[in-house]
Amino acid sequence: MGLDSLYKEVILDHYRNPRNRAELADVHRHADGNNPLCGDKISLDLTIDGESVTGISVQGQGCSISQASASLMSEAIKGKNLQEIARLRQLFSTMMTSDETIVDPDRPGAVLGELEALAGVKAFPVRIKCASLPLATLDVALAGDAKPATTD
Amino acid sequence: MDVRRDFPILASNDMAFLDSAASSQKPEVVIEAMDTMLRSGYANVHRGAYRLSGEATDAYEAARAKVATFIGASSPREVIFTRGTTTAMNMLAAKWGGDRLVPGDNVVLSVMEHHANLVPWQFLKGVELRFANLTDDYALDVNSLRNRVDERTRIISITGMSNVLGTITPIDQIRAVADTVGATVIVDGAQLVPHLPVNVETLGADFLAFSAHKMLGPTGIGVLWGRMELLDEMDPFEGGGEMIDEVGLFESTWAPVPHKFEAGTPPIVEAIGLGAAVDYLTDLGMDAVRKHDAELTAYALEQLATVSHVTVYGPTDLNIRGGTISFTLGDIHPHDLSTILDENGIAVRAGHHCARPLMDHLGIPATARASFSVYSSSDEIDRLVAGLELAAKLFGIAS
Repeated sequence: MGLDSLYKEVILDHYRNPRNRAELADVHRHADGNNPLCGDKISLDLTIDGESVTGISVQGQGCSISQASASLMSEAIKGKNLQEIARLRQLFSTMMTSDETIVDPDRPGAVLGELEALAGVKAFPVRIKCASLPLATLDVALAGDAKPATTD
Repeated sequence: MDVRRDFPILASNDMAFLDSAASSQKPEVVIEAMDTMLRSGYANVHRGAYRLSGEATDAYEAARAKVATFIGASSPREVIFTRGTTTAMNMLAAKWGGDRLVPGDNVVLSVMEHHANLVPWQFLKGVELRFANLTDDYALDVNSLRNRVDERTRIISITGMSNVLGTITPIDQIRAVADTVGATVIVDGAQLVPHLPVNVETLGADFLAFSAHKMLGPTGIGVLWGRMELLDEMDPFEGGGEMIDEVGLFESTWAPVPHKFEAGTPPIVEAIGLGAAVDYLTDLGMDAVRKHDAELTAYALEQLATVSHVTVYGPTDLNIRGGTISFTLGDIHPHDLSTILDENGIAVRAGHHCARPLMDHLGIPATARASFSVYSSSDEIDRLVAGLELAAKLFGIAS
C-alpha cells in the first residue's frame, strides 16, 4: 500500500472542507479528544432526540487523517440511532485494527460508506491513532464521561 | 565530512536520517567500546575490592576525565553523570532552585525552552517564572531578557541552542545580564554540546547540562557540569549507595562531589560509550563539526527556499544558527509531511518538539524539523527537497 491509498481524494477533500463545523442550537452531549504527543485535537457536540443523533458539530485541529476522520464520522452518524452508531463503531474498529477484511473491493462504500476511505491508514501503524481519535471522542460523548478521550 | 561508513546503521540503510536533534546515530567505535566492556570488562564500580571492579572503576572514571577535557572543565570532579539532560535540569530546579529560593524570587527562562528546562521550574511553589522573548529573526532578545531581570532574579536558565529554531544564544551576554543582579546562569546544552566547541571556563555558565545520546553516545547517560564551589554548596538530589560518607540510622553525611550526586549503581557501560563518543568527536575536531553543520545548514536553507510554500522558522543569520531547521509546507500538517517523507526514505521529526509554549508563541500547532549531525550530507538535503516537491503534488499545492 502506498501513499495514494492513504491520501485519497476523499480524505483531502474532507481535510480541506470539513463538514459539520457549524455550532448547534441544542447541545446535549459534549466531549473533547486529544493526542498530547502529536497534538491532534477534536471537540464534539451532539444533539440527541430520543435514540437518535440529530445534530453534530465538530471542531478541531491536527493532521489530515484526524481531521478528515472527524468530518467523515460526522457525516456517517448524523441522523443515525444509537444502535446503528454502535454497529458502525464496531465495524470501524475492526477495519482499523484487525486483520479481518470487512471492506468489499467490488462494492466500495457498501459496508462503511465514505469512512472506508480510511482503510488505507492500517498500513501506516503510527497513524492509526490519528484516524481513531474522532470515534474515541464520540464514545466519550455518548457515554457522558467527563474525561477527555485520547488514542495516544 | 566523510564519516558515514563509521555508522553501521547508515551503512546498512539508505535512508536520509534527518532527525539527529532527537537522537543521533552511533559510530562503530561507541558500539564496540560498550560491547567490549560488557564482554570482558564489566563489574560494578566503587564497590568491590577485586581486580575486575577496580578496572571497571578506572574505566568509568576515565570516561569522566574524557568528558571533562572535552568541555574544558578544570577538574573531572566537576563532571556529574546523570541519566540525561532532563535529570540534570530536574536536579538543578530542585536543589539549586527549590532548596534555596524563597517565595517572591524569580527564575528567568526564554519562550523557546524545551519542556525539560520549563516543567521542572514549574514545580517550584511561590517562585515566579519569567520569559525572555525572541527577536523578529528568532534570536534571543537580550533587551527583553534584561527587562525581565530584577533584584529578585536568582537564576537565568536558557538553552544554548534551540532544539526547534536552531537558534544559538549569546551566553556571554546572558552572563553579563545575570551579573547585574548576582543570578546563576544555567545552560541547557542538549543541542549546543553536540554541535559546537564548548569550553566551560569561558562559556559564561555556572551549570551546563547535556545528553550523550544526542552526541553519538548511548541513551541513559548525560552530564551535569557545574562550577566546583556551587556543586560543593548544592545538596544531593537522590540518596542511596555510593553517594554517602558516614551513614547512621538517623542521619548521614555525603561523599564529596561528584559522587554525592551519583546515588546507586551508575550507568557504567553508558559512561564507557560516552567516553568513546567524546574520543570520536575529539578526533573529528569540534571546529570541523561546527563547520560541517554550518555548511549543511546554509545549503539546506538555500535549497528549501526554492520550494514554493515552504516557511522556515529560525534565524536567517547563519552565525547564530545550528543545524536544526523547522519548517512547514503550505497547509500540509507536519505529521502528514513526515509520513510522506518517510515513505520516501526520509526521516524527519514532526510535532511540537517538546516545546509547546514556543509553538503557541509562533502561532502554529507543529512544525516539521530536519536536523543534522556529523554524518549528514547534502545528498540527504536534496532528497528532502525532492520529497517536499512530491508532498506538495500529492496535496495539490500549486507551485
